[in-house]
Amino acid sequence: MAKVEMTFSGAICRAIEEEMEKNPNIFTYGEDIAQQGGIFGQYKGLIGKYDDRVIDTPISEEVIFGSAVGAALAGTRPIVEFHFADFLFTGMSSITNQIMKIRYMSGGQRDLPIILRGPDGRSNNAAAQHSQSLETIFMHVPGIKVLIPSTPADVYGLYKTALNQPDPVIVFEHKQMYGKKGFVDEEEYSIPFGKADIKREGSDITVVTTSRMVHESLKAAEELEKEGISLEIIDLRTLIPWDRETVINSVKKTGRLLTVHETWKRAGWGAEIASVVQEEAFDYLDDPIYRVGAKNVPNSFSPEQENFIMPDKDNVVEEVKKFLL
Amino acid sequence: MELSKEKLIELYEKMVLIRTFEMKAEEKFYNNEIPGFIHLYIGEEAIASGIIDHLNKDDLITSTHRGHGHMLAKGADPKLMMAELYGKKSGYCKGKGGSMHIMNFDLGVLGANGEVAAGLPIAAGAGMAIKMIKKTDQVVVAFFGDGASNRGAFHEALNWASIYQLPIIFVVEYNNYASTVNSEYATSVKNIADRAKGYNIKGVTVDGNDLLAVHETAGEIVKAVREGSGPVLLECKTYRLKGHFVGDPMNYRDDAEVEEKWKNEPIGRFEKYLKDNDYLDDEKKNEIWSKYTKIIEDSVEFARNDDFPAAEEALEDLFADDAGYDY
Repeated sequence: MAKVEMTFSGAICRAIEEEMEKNPNIFTYGEDIAQQGGIFGQYKGLIGKYDDRVIDTPISEEVIFGSAVGAALAGTRPIVEFHFADFLFTGMSSITNQIMKIRYMSGGQRDLPIILRGPDGRSNNAAAQHSQSLETIFMHVPGIKVLIPSTPADVYGLYKTALNQPDPVIVFEHKQMYGKKGFVDEEEYSIPFGKADIKREGSDITVVTTSRMVHESLKAAEELEKEGISLEIIDLRTLIPWDRETVINSVKKTGRLLTVHETWKRAGWGAEIASVVQEEAFDYLDDPIYRVGAKNVPNSFSPEQENFIMPDKDNVVEEVKKFLL
Repeated sequence: MELSKEKLIELYEKMVLIRTFEMKAEEKFYNNEIPGFIHLYIGEEAIASGIIDHLNKDDLITSTHRGHGHMLAKGADPKLMMAELYGKKSGYCKGKGGSMHIMNFDLGVLGANGEVAAGLPIAAGAGMAIKMIKKTDQVVVAFFGDGASNRGAFHEALNWASIYQLPIIFVVEYNNYASTVNSEYATSVKNIADRAKGYNIKGVTVDGNDLLAVHETAGEIVKAVREGSGPVLLECKTYRLKGHFVGDPMNYRDDAEVEEKWKNEPIGRFEKYLKDNDYLDDEKKNEIWSKYTKIIEDSVEFARNDDFPAAEEALEDLFADDAGYDY
């Protein structure tokens, strides 16, 4: 099938634009998206075609998020920008107490097709209030589907599904991912939620990861291959729901599990995966399950300290050495 | 505008419906038949009745934890409401919401809400969808209390509605108490309608216990907003005759204060007007009260006889396509 090269943000714009063309009820709003095209340029590909449906808003997060409920119940399909994952906290109740509960509390009267999206994770030296990865919180509180893709092809396919399904979705788009290029099928396609992608096959250790850390883990795998250690890299792509089957089958093959995420190690989603795997595949495990995550402090501004706190390829390599191969 | 006798009696009946529902809910709560918490609208009936009378079926409202009156005024079936208060399966929310979170989207009620001021952002979103995307002539009414006007969501929503000129009527029910705290103590302005100035929208204060005043004022506002005037902040001065919740010991106010306020309650006031103008006599009055008492008693019977939802049905309704997601 013919493929085209595009950036991560270009792939998102393509998916949204295609769906906007089909569905006049899709619109998108948030801070800095219309005139600026997104604080990381992530809306630039949308500008010019559907300008009446790409709307700049005031810095009013309680309304930015809470309004999505009213917009969805009034018959539209809003895509709402959260600007920086860190600012999810400024309108958090509108998300956790409203978006994530209204369908349930109403006894399932209506669908609530809302997409919350925006940049998350480390950029460089943005410090503690502009660097957070918050996907675990939304995996913990029930009521929203959590997408955290790592490639243009994946983010395109997941958006195509998100824009045609009935429930609230949050998409964490890593800041360092927006400019990354990759090949995407020319023809339209969608990727179902809850289907992991094995980004690299291997035989010694199963690595379960997402987003930027997929790429760091792939680099680690290349390095470790030279030492004769074979990593299988599983990109979950979605955390709610997550692909239990693919992970467990891989662990049954390798006998070892390492979880890798950029968010804090303590009570990070890797702990949930580890827990389920030991419940379901305990007899297959040859070693303890290990975890890579950020150190349990806020992100520091100072470059050396940020590198120390935030995980990368070297942390993956280091953690792998704990396994008694 | 002169109202017909039929309309006047219809409005009176609407208030009696709400009052009889609330009185019975209070009784059944004290009987331990209704679980949880309930917050009564007693004394505030003129607001929901007077405003919602101007709305069409497809107009939308957002409500509060004190939301029974709004739901009933928008056309809710007391049976399905009572069943929800009882946590039963035929309730509007299949027993998952209860009193504080009762909602029905087919009636255009986008939710009572357990969080103070949470309805305002929801109304803002509905207003946006209507004006910018659906392009219909629907209006949205956001009901909230004076306490909500001290939350950020109120200020964000008024600014938002103003800059986009959304078809929203923000109705503040000033009932003198935010939970247990006196509103004058907790609020920087005497009239919350004054805050409209800060958002460059129209603010109006009306006696919320005067059914005719509420009805007339709301009629003008709803018409204007429907025709594109932009949002309006309508403040209705009322008084919360009951506690914050049923069972509230009310240590924060004197019985004498409450007793005095009962003299000004909206149903008695409207009744006097109707009698003075020969629209209502004692016979007709008794007939109306008996009719609604019976309707509400039937709703209690319905709720009592209804089944509780099965425990495992608690795992449904989170998402549309897969109830489980248990991992």
